[in-house]
Amino acid sequence: MSDTLRKTPLYDLHVELGAKMVPFAGYEMPVQFPAGVMKEHLQTRAAAGLFDVSHMGQVIVRSAQGYDEAALALETLVPVDLAGLPEGRQRYGFFTNDQGGILDDLMLANRGDHLFVVVNAACKAADIAHMQNGLPGCTVEEISDRALLALQGPQAEEVLAGILPGVRDMRFMDVAVFESSFGALWVSRSGYTGEDGFEISVETARAEELARALLAHDAVEPIGLGARDSLRLEAGLCLYGHDIDETTTPIEAALGWAIQKVRRRGGTREGGFPGAAVILDQLESGAPRQRVGLRPEGRAPMREGTELFETQGAGTAVGRVTSGAFGPTIGAPMSMGYVPAALASPGTGLHGDVRGKHMPVTVAKLPFTPANFKR
Amino acid sequence: MKFTEEHEWLRNDEDDVIVVGITEHASEQLGDVVFVELPEIGTMVAKGDEIVVIESVKAASDILAPIDGEIVEINEALIDDPAKVNSDPLGDAWFFKIKATDPSQMDEYMDEDAYQSFIG
Repeated sequence: MSDTLRKTPLYDLHVELGAKMVPFAGYEMPVQFPAGVMKEHLQTRAAAGLFDVSHMGQVIVRSAQGYDEAALALETLVPVDLAGLPEGRQRYGFFTNDQGGILDDLMLANRGDHLFVVVNAACKAADIAHMQNGLPGCTVEEISDRALLALQGPQAEEVLAGILPGVRDMRFMDVAVFESSFGALWVSRSGYTGEDGFEISVETARAEELARALLAHDAVEPIGLGARDSLRLEAGLCLYGHDIDETTTPIEAALGWAIQKVRRRGGTREGGFPGAAVILDQLESGAPRQRVGLRPEGRAPMREGTELFETQGAGTAVGRVTSGAFGPTIGAPMSMGYVPAALASPGTGLHGDVRGKHMPVTVAKLPFTPANFKR
Repeated sequence: MKFTEEHEWLRNDEDDVIVVGITEHASEQLGDVVFVELPEIGTMVAKGDEIVVIESVKAASDILAPIDGEIVEINEALIDDPAKVNSDPLGDAWFFKIKATDPSQMDEYMDEDAYQSFIG
């Protein structure tokens, strides 16, 4: 790992806008702008927010034999139906290990003759090596000359349509390439906030210009990593390295929905990915523990690492919080964590150890805020 | 007004009853405050005790008792409206009042000029 922090193409713009910069996954990233985490969060839910996600990995996977060959090859690493993914569509998935754990979560898009893959910044190098080793018939190319912006919120469509009218016709999880006055833009109608919105891949040299054009719109404000985290948590979305990791299976993590029927038991392309036996068993008979939403009583957040107990004063923890914060939209603290399957039903009362006191917390349905996607 | 290196302000209101809050610098560093836990009235505290918990959107932090004494009043309004800590840290958002058992403990703390140069 390198000691020097990398900068995204929007670094100078962040500094100019007064961002507080922090190290994150090897990059200097804006954690918040002068408005602060709370206002940035509410801005994104009410209008639109612009996020710099250029630290994430953009990768093209290609086979000389075409899309299907590349898709079938990737299916050996990812338990997702990629061969059946229509052109211009994207799916959420994950790399699994032999124990059924999760190496990273990612987005995979069918772009006609190849797949476009977006992976987490912290896992980027490992993911690329994993694909290069695991996909011998394919070329795996990291796209290092493009930035990635996310425009999220109920007004995202209106704002982006001012530059690219064609985005109005996109549905949630559609992908498209547009020629524009900012060069070729690779657009997906997706994001990680629970809101409608877009991720836009743009040439490095044009990124700041595009960001300024979007920020010039009254509806748009710049948003840092702090609000990105509270937005995704309210939306019930996992953060890799916290809510999911090599020790959590997709079924424990309540991500079984991402494994389509053809990859399950009895499907035409059943299994064939690392850890399939464990994962498909759990898909049929349930996992011993489950990722759940948690609503602490009162206003004190139960943060990552908070131990969970079945009864007040119980000696042995039954679970642990993996993400916890205050939810600006719900106006209350919220957490996610793992509990035994028997205690995973919404409404189950538990206790969390907050500074030595066992405080009441209730298992809750996810997401905490309803998703606002354009399906 | 006096200031501590922990970014608290202390004001001797009357009869050695000291009002305690946090500075604007501290409130900016904390970010949006979402939860405040206050001590109980009548508690005897020793200098350095952790007596207030502040949770912001970023993290939890403590306020330490700056002097020995008895908690004689708490600002209950902060429990329902913790955001006051960001909007008016030097005024409405005082945390507690403490009756000093040894008022000379105040002497070691900084005056405003010293605090300003402390935070640079």
